[in-house]
Amino acid sequence: MSKEAHDRRRTLRVLGTSVAAVALFATAGCSASSDSGSGDGDVVLEFAQWWEPELPDGAFRELMDEFEAENPGITVELLSGPYASTKEQLFAGAAAGTMSDVVGLDGAWVSDFANQGAIADLTELMGESDYDDSELASQIQVDGATYMIPVVNFVYPMFTNDDLLAQAGVAAAPTNRTEFTAAANAVAGLGEDTSGWILPLSLEAPNGIQNDVMSWVWATGGSMLDDDGQPDVTNSDVTSAVEYVKGLWDDGAIAPGAFTMKEQDKVEEFTNGRVGMMIDSLAHINLIRESNPDLNFSISALPADDGFDGERGIPYASWGIGVADSSEHKAEAFKLVEFLMSEKTNSKLSSIANAFPGNTESVPDFVAEDELFATAFEIYQNGYPANEFTGLPVAEQLMRLFDEQFQVLLDGGQSVDEMLEKTQEAWLAEF
Amino acid sequence: MMITTTTTLTESAEPSAPPPTPTPMQGPARRRRLGHPGEPYAFIAPTAVLMLVLMIVPIVLVIGYSFMDNVITKKNPEFVGIENFVEVLTDGVFATALGNTLFFTIVSVVAHLLLGLGFSMLLNSPLVSRASRAVFRVIYILPWLFTAAVIAVLWRMLLNPNGVVNYLLSSDVEWLSSPSLALGAVTFINIWAGYPFFMISLLAGLQGIPADLYEAATVDGANGWQRFRNVTLPQLRPIIISMTLLDLIWTSQQFALIWMTTGGGPIHVTEMLSTFTYKLAFSRYEFALASTSAVIILLLSMVLAFFYVRHQRARD
Repeated sequence: MSKEAHDRRRTLRVLGTSVAAVALFATAGCSASSDSGSGDGDVVLEFAQWWEPELPDGAFRELMDEFEAENPGITVELLSGPYASTKEQLFAGAAAGTMSDVVGLDGAWVSDFANQGAIADLTELMGESDYDDSELASQIQVDGATYMIPVVNFVYPMFTNDDLLAQAGVAAAPTNRTEFTAAANAVAGLGEDTSGWILPLSLEAPNGIQNDVMSWVWATGGSMLDDDGQPDVTNSDVTSAVEYVKGLWDDGAIAPGAFTMKEQDKVEEFTNGRVGMMIDSLAHINLIRESNPDLNFSISALPADDGFDGERGIPYASWGIGVADSSEHKAEAFKLVEFLMSEKTNSKLSSIANAFPGNTESVPDFVAEDELFATAFEIYQNGYPANEFTGLPVAEQLMRLFDEQFQVLLDGGQSVDEMLEKTQEAWLAEF
Repeated sequence: MMITTTTTLTESAEPSAPPPTPTPMQGPARRRRLGHPGEPYAFIAPTAVLMLVLMIVPIVLVIGYSFMDNVITKKNPEFVGIENFVEVLTDGVFATALGNTLFFTIVSVVAHLLLGLGFSMLLNSPLVSRASRAVFRVIYILPWLFTAAVIAVLWRMLLNPNGVVNYLLSSDVEWLSSPSLALGAVTFINIWAGYPFFMISLLAGLQGIPADLYEAATVDGANGWQRFRNVTLPQLRPIIISMTLLDLIWTSQQFALIWMTTGGGPIHVTEMLSTFTYKLAFSRYEFALASTSAVIILLLSMVLAFFYVRHQRARD
């Protein structure tokens, strides 16, 4: 070999090794594609969700092991992370076409993913699998096709600190707005940093608009949308609820710091015994009990407008499930959906999640074992799950737009009518 | 470059050696020592590829996105020219965010500089023993060791209406929730979190100032203020300029602290360019508009980066 040839080979070797090393390094952090068939013909399903970390250690994996035992040849690989990370991961996956085969969904994302073509039409998959959907409590649809099935639901009843209420001379939890105002003002009047009600309005996580403001509309059977599903926040239901909350604000019955308060702050303040009433997820019952075992609290239905005797809407949040449109194993993915929605598995999952089942036939264990949960289940069954943000486009942004105008209103910068008109205009622009 | 330098050193290490006799073999022999002409490129290849993959490609992509109608959420985005720039620049919230960012950045950087300089001079004082200096150095640098998440949680608890600060002041001020106080409060938190970086750099600079200069100034009759003005400040000037420019760039891009304390609220009083951009991308899913906002921030940062690079060049 000539000297020049030797030099050339050496250079090529160095170059080749360097580039290969860099390429390896650059791609090491990238996630695997959703093509997940293994070498022996088995199917590996990727399941991205935020549920596993919120359940007792190993509990969700056990359910997946059951599924694998029932479906030989299918393996489930759980991709678990916090809610926010899962959301970002799914949006990145949707953009890159590498979404996991099965995905945990929040109702607020469904419209965007469906319009993007990132999640599969479940109505079609149900038809292909001859699936009977009569047991499903609800389905989230876009343009008439189902894209998400709520697996379990977390309802948001009213929590009352019974000791504080008793101290303020309130004998029973309020059932209508007038009683609620009286109770809130009475508790706020106790002084010592106590407040009647707590309202988180942080713009970082504006779900307070859904859970704590719009819940007043739904509790009275009202709606923030018109018959065509378009924004209608200037209607009398929403106007009345907004005026009502503004009244509580003006009375000084609402806990301070609302404009930057998040849901966890709300729960913390209630747990510390500084707040008389809050609207919160049932999922927090155990957290409150563990953090403050001495707190004497109970739950009840959200107060409705005076004289209302119709069926009350109760706000809820869901752990929803969907299938990626880019999945190469849609049939297997739907088997996993079927498994999670089956009466037996859904009962188990709702029991360990302290949530209400997405299958109408399922009954979680805690309903029989715990008085508070039994009450909540009764409230759930007497009303109907109401969350009009589910399935709307850019749902979180809609809450934020409402929140921004609502803060200006509470700060005295505009009237209720101006606030609602500006919100209506901003919402229409997003639809 | 490295090999060439080594060669020069080898030659200069033997100044008395006779110069090598030029022979026809000198060229190939030199090449043998230098390796193949392609070899330097192989050495820089990893860095070049990394820069290409991690910097150039994303920047070019984002610039490209800013001229499309909406990317990522739309399968076939179309070119829309400067429409996105017009939309972002005429958005009232963008103007608010720009104003807030300017206030937040300028106040933070000035305070970082003054506090950093003040604390570094205290730590450098001969009146402080070495042990005390070490202890105070640790105390003063603590805020810099916390991540933005820890700082945000810590200050949210301290400034809570029922928090420690109000307890100590016997007040019920809503520090982070009041539209009139929130911007000042987050700026204060950022000042607290960032001054140690200035302090450590300036302390290193102060320790490098020769004592002779102070002695000469004292002999000339300079008092403490004159020594500070005519010796300390001119000696620290290069560090102060570099640090100020870097801090301006970093602070103007602060996101995590704002997001985790106020989320840009109440209303829009703490909205920054970073939170505005984030909301466009991850709340409205308007990735093209978010890219446009990012490109505008990039251009603004490049102005600062230009001055920084020019200053560094002048120093070299």
